[in-house]
Amino acid sequence: MSTIIFKNQPRIIGWYSVAGKKESEGPLGATFSQVEKDEYFGEKTHEGAERKFFITAIQGAMQKAKIQPDIVFAGDLLNQIVSSSFAMREIGLPYVGVYGACSTMALSLLVAATFVDAGVINHAVAAAGSHFATAERQYRTPLEFGNQRPPTAQWTVTGAGATFLSNKKKSRIAVTCGTIGRVVDYGVKDVNNMGAAMAPAAADTLVRHFQNTKTKPSDYDAIFSGDLGQIGEEALRDLLKDQGYDLGENYYDCGKLIYSAKQKVDMGGSGCGCSAVTLNGFILDKFQKGEFHKVLFMATGALLSPTTTFQGESTPGIANAVVIEEVAE
Amino acid sequence: MDKAEYAAYIKKITPKSKVWCSLLRAFIVGGLICLLGEGLNALYKMWLPNYDQTQIGALVSSTLIFLASVLTGLGVYDKIGYFAGGGSIVPITGFSNSITSAAMEFRKEGIIFGTCANMFKIAGPVIVVGTAIAMLCGLGYFIVGLFL
Amino acid sequence: MIFLWAFLIGGLICALGQLLILKTNWTPARILVSFVVLGAILQVCTVFEPLKKFAGAGVTTPITGFGAGLVKGTFENIDKYGFIGIFTGGLTAMSAGIAVAIVSGLMIGMLFKSRSK
Repeated sequence: MSTIIFKNQPRIIGWYSVAGKKESEGPLGATFSQVEKDEYFGEKTHEGAERKFFITAIQGAMQKAKIQPDIVFAGDLLNQIVSSSFAMREIGLPYVGVYGACSTMALSLLVAATFVDAGVINHAVAAAGSHFATAERQYRTPLEFGNQRPPTAQWTVTGAGATFLSNKKKSRIAVTCGTIGRVVDYGVKDVNNMGAAMAPAAADTLVRHFQNTKTKPSDYDAIFSGDLGQIGEEALRDLLKDQGYDLGENYYDCGKLIYSAKQKVDMGGSGCGCSAVTLNGFILDKFQKGEFHKVLFMATGALLSPTTTFQGESTPGIANAVVIEEVAE
Repeated sequence: MDKAEYAAYIKKITPKSKVWCSLLRAFIVGGLICLLGEGLNALYKMWLPNYDQTQIGALVSSTLIFLASVLTGLGVYDKIGYFAGGGSIVPITGFSNSITSAAMEFRKEGIIFGTCANMFKIAGPVIVVGTAIAMLCGLGYFIVGLFL
Repeated sequence: MIFLWAFLIGGLICALGQLLILKTNWTPARILVSFVVLGAILQVCTVFEPLKKFAGAGVTTPITGFGAGLVKGTFENIDKYGFIGIFTGGLTAMSAGIAVAIVSGLMIGMLFKSRSK
């Protein structure tokens, strides 16, 4: 079965998010642990800046937890996931690189939780992040190129988030189960419509998760998708309706939460950082305040590369879901 | 939903661009750039009476190209482009913007392998296709000329 | 009068480009290429020269002017020098534009850093 039940309930004992200027001006601005206004983060290149966002987030989570993890699980969007690898070159801890495109935060959390739950290791950090400028260059056009963004476009979030998991230290917040995604492709070829490409994968993961865990949407205080944006969110609601599930009022998309309509981001935010900074700020803070008791966090990714796009392939999507729950200490 | 149904469904829920408004903006900005070109043309004709029209034309294009390049460097041209779309892509200034923006973007990989190697990432096809088609037309013109 | 026509015709060509962007999924590079081809075709059909007399920079400033100029230069060089003109004409006619684009691109690329807005 593709839903993993974590019997030992790995505890979340620390989290940290660092986001960029545009994100800080959005509705979630006050929920980030740290804001970095300089898009270069004091580095020479945007890639260097993305790396520094990673280092800051991972070290922040370690400081909150007051211990060192045995292994760090992290990934990002750049080719050969260089941002996380190069960040780990600085940090120097054992490292497992994971890639799930924009679903990486949920994927790294799932893999980390599996290791900790099994007792193979005691402490782990899961992290993900992205940077607007590096993603634009890799997937689209140079920054200073004067073209219009199509109305279906999304805005890559600049920021990184890290979550600290442990089976030794005490905490009320735990990762209790999760569902690994399948690669689903409904033949969407428009690379400027990621939400449409990812929604079927998200629907697939959600339906399997509800069936496997015998739960329904109303069993959760909130359900979050990673970066479906406006079109993807609408499509996911309709796809689930076809399968007999009504997502209702307590479903949110991180991509739609993170920016306001005034910020000219079209359909909303995207990128690994989008779900990572929302989870490690807004969502986990709500747990701490006691406003959330059970949340389904599902990050969504589009598994394309510029090469496959130019070769005429459609965009496959994936979605990984994690249940975060309040448990007895 | 199967793939075809999904494609139709997505098309239905995708927001439409405001066509007339964006066409108008492209028209105005594009028109103004051309007007600037015409103005420069008149100016150069006055200043340089010894130049023929071909040379004046080359000077006008060069000026526009240089101006667009500087505006790209200052981070202004992409704002114009955001407003005007095709209005600032189609003129020769858009060609210049595509070269300079790529040159700036890849500067961090060094001057040779970054800037020089990637400058024509977007504009390259324009020169390749233009040269090829001109040669093809020239070949036809030459052959036809042999029989006339 | 030519100023008005330059504005109107130039604006129309750009609006046509915008229409292509909106109605197709074409990338900017493809738009540029198709307008170059359009310019070359207009030049071969001998439509471009009268248009140029009429609207001046309105047809030469859009990238159509680049395509037309390449063809025009090629034909002129063939008339002057024969066979070799097929190869030398096009780029010679457009050399100023390309040279300035390369040099200013190189210069600006070295002087300025790209920024996300």
